[in-house]
Amino acid sequence: MIVGLAHYLTVAAILFTIGVLGIFINRKNVIVILMSIELILLAVNINLVSFSVFLHQVTGQIYAMFVLTVAAAEAAVGLAILVTFFRNRGDIAVDDVNMMKG
Amino acid sequence: MALSAIAFYLLAAVTLGAGLAVITARNPVHSVLFLILAFFSAAGLFVLLGAEFLAMLLVVVYVGAVAVLFLFVVMMLDVDFSSLRGGFTRYLPIGMAVAALLVGEMIFVAVTVATKGAAAGAALVPAPAGTPNIEAIGRVLYTDYVYFFQAAGMVLLVAMIGAIVLTLRHRKGVLRQNIAEQVGRTPATGMRIVQIKSGEGLKAEGLTSGRLGE
Repeated sequence: MIVGLAHYLTVAAILFTIGVLGIFINRKNVIVILMSIELILLAVNINLVSFSVFLHQVTGQIYAMFVLTVAAAEAAVGLAILVTFFRNRGDIAVDDVNMMKG
Repeated sequence: MALSAIAFYLLAAVTLGAGLAVITARNPVHSVLFLILAFFSAAGLFVLLGAEFLAMLLVVVYVGAVAVLFLFVVMMLDVDFSSLRGGFTRYLPIGMAVAALLVGEMIFVAVTVATKGAAAGAALVPAPAGTPNIEAIGRVLYTDYVYFFQAAGMVLLVAMIGAIVLTLRHRKGVLRQNIAEQVGRTPATGMRIVQIKSGEGLKAEGLTSGRLGE
């Protein structure tokens, strides 16, 4: 069986779902939630790159590069917020975060 | 062709297995290591697709920077991770239901797009020998998308400044050099003349600590 676009899209779909499931079942652990977001963005990147290759258009890969940039920035700022939060609270349980009363 | 199919199935299985291990591992350090494995095998998938530059970017940026940042934070924070496991089984049924729905929908759409969409029947052809992947990206990135490229740089700059501002901490009681004050000293402020009575020494004036005027 020849490996086509549908195979890559299926892998990306399953990886995306694993990321969403990770956010669902690790409600308290914010580090694993951040890692799940990284998995979701990786799934998006796989989608972009596979469409880019199968449509013979390099634009998708450039878009994937920008997604990579934003993901790196998001990880840096998210972990910085996490470190500050840990300093103020002493733990990282996020299910009872209501300091800002939002 | 059979070899690339075997490579695809192997890399896809490792990617998905590592992704599943990321969200189910008990120890967050193991989660980070499985995240690295997932990104590495996803980079392998990119190589298989012919997007070598993005594959190398994935390895350098994710494995080299983001995952190490995660590892650093996980190891630096002294957290009792077993207490954060609560609710794992509580949210599992609804999570599985949503996940099953989501994956069903997305695979349905993916198969439909792949068989009837714009890329229907497109085969994975090797790139023409004249233009490597990185050159093709560069030709488009530095012409059509040059402003987006600059904007991406700004995003990274703002993220860097934001991370520094968020984690910077001014400690109390740390002595720092104040160069302007040092340079601006004049004899009037930096020196005082004390009459010492004979036989009493310097102790009475508090000058033995070496810090004048405190």
